[in-house]
Amino acid sequence: MKVEQISIFIENKSGRLAEVTGILGKSGVNIRALSLADTSDFGILRLIVDAPAKALEILRNHSFTVNKTEVVGVEVNDRPGGLAEILSILDKNSVNVEYMYAFVERSGGNAVIIFRFDNVDEAIHVLVRNGIKVLEGEKISGI
Amino acid sequence: MLKHKQTEAMPAIWDFAAETLDRDALRTLQLQRLQQTLQATAQKVPCYQAKYAACGFEPGDVQSLDQLADLPFTTKEDLRQNYPYGMFAVPMRDVVRIHSSSGTTGKPTVVGYTRDDLHIWTQLVARFMTAAGVTADDIVHIAFGYGLFTGAFGLHYGTEAIGASVIPMSGGNTDKQLMIMQDYRSSALVCTPSYALTIADRMEQNGLNLKDFSLRVGLFGAEPWSEQMRREIESRLGIIATDNYGLSEVMGPGVAGECQCRRGMHIAEDHFLAEIIDPDTGKVLPEGEVGELVITSLSKQAFPVVRYRTRDITRLNYQKCDCGRTLARMEKTRGRSDDMLIIKGVNVFPTQIEEVLFQIEGCQPHYQLVIDRINNMDRLEIQVEVNEHIFFDEMKEQRRFVNEAEHKLASVLGISANIKLIEPSGIIRHEGKASRVLDRRKL
Repeated sequence: MKVEQISIFIENKSGRLAEVTGILGKSGVNIRALSLADTSDFGILRLIVDAPAKALEILRNHSFTVNKTEVVGVEVNDRPGGLAEILSILDKNSVNVEYMYAFVERSGGNAVIIFRFDNVDEAIHVLVRNGIKVLEGEKISGI
Repeated sequence: MLKHKQTEAMPAIWDFAAETLDRDALRTLQLQRLQQTLQATAQKVPCYQAKYAACGFEPGDVQSLDQLADLPFTTKEDLRQNYPYGMFAVPMRDVVRIHSSSGTTGKPTVVGYTRDDLHIWTQLVARFMTAAGVTADDIVHIAFGYGLFTGAFGLHYGTEAIGASVIPMSGGNTDKQLMIMQDYRSSALVCTPSYALTIADRMEQNGLNLKDFSLRVGLFGAEPWSEQMRREIESRLGIIATDNYGLSEVMGPGVAGECQCRRGMHIAEDHFLAEIIDPDTGKVLPEGEVGELVITSLSKQAFPVVRYRTRDITRLNYQKCDCGRTLARMEKTRGRSDDMLIIKGVNVFPTQIEEVLFQIEGCQPHYQLVIDRINNMDRLEIQVEVNEHIFFDEMKEQRRFVNEAEHKLASVLGISANIKLIEPSGIIRHEGKASRVLDRRKL
């Protein structure tokens, strides 16, 4: 039920983002979703890719600082209030969302949102109990 | 200390007899005081006892100043190992003041003064302030921080001894400094040379006119500065800028100071014996050569030092000065023989930064210190190469690491530092060894 996300430290200077995506592209790794948190000095790039282990190895070989984290992919009804419903459930159950970002592609008729929770197992449990569809890792990579 | 009457025509000398003493008489006095200092340290300070025993030295054997060269050195490491009071040569009931300076491991160096020590310190500060031109008519504005550092208190009591008026302003709040300087008619400014330029900048920014100020002389110390900086301070503040030298391990300000000739700082040689050594071999260098300054205190009771390695690089000139003083002059310090940096007047060792980073996540990342002087204020940036132990996918965690490191560094170093996270290999390594310091200040 968990998805592997890789995060990459990049300095806030021109061309770095292009370099990371370029390295992955040349190695045949496909980026499925992406989010960037940045400050004036540096940024944290988070990626969902089709081959996380390979991406991790390639980036490390290119001297990037890389970590992997478990995140959760959730299907959200593509209609007004769809996301709010899920967030409300999480809030009622005191599940804390560290950050989240959206997939470009859809899963069937639904949007896909990636969530980073501090307690992943507890979060999945709450989501499933409330009838929310949590995507399998393999399925996410294949979208 | 006897004061001799001076004729009107002579430039003021605070302690005429001592400061113009014939060099032969001075050497006799130095030998006598050296013997006393060696006896006292051999009797009362275990660290010195051990040093003397190790080289088979008997303090009673010293019959000439040249024999000092046979004694081992004292280093900051000795002071650190005897933290806090192990180097004191008197019981605490005789100590009336304590000061300290930053050290290599976050532990400061502690120094103490007896009542007599404070008296001599005050007299020696009065000496160099008088030599710089301060008189009883002056209003002395002290913008050093009052506290554990020796700067403010040293100058404070020296000013009172001269009979000038002290404004114990302390550091910070430049606008208020300017208001008081203008309204109270401060005529002498005491601070770091970089702060003097900050004051000049703020004057210009606030549209203040030098004519509305009464400043005429500046006494600057606690950090290295160049002749170019002196000219800039003099032209922008319309003052005579003088240099003085001291370090808390030896006493504080008053070890040496410039007269109005401004061709070197007269060392108070009746209280301190100065040697210049080759920092690599430890050999005493011939007169006039550039090397590391080593100081032996000759009159201190609470905290005597024997052959203390200051790590400051300079040169001595024993020629009689045009001002009439016979005391040797030391040149402006040219740098350090160790990796210590002086930033905003505070001693900083790269190893302190290493230890703080290590304490936080238990790893030792590559780092580099970048020191700039921006708007005449020193700025320390620590560039840290991110590795997987200190990299987080959450910005909150990443910020926490930076904030915690900055907070700890500020409390250990005593000055604020910005941490900048950079990618691995961002720091150029010289033959595999990272160059830890990039000092961009033009000193």
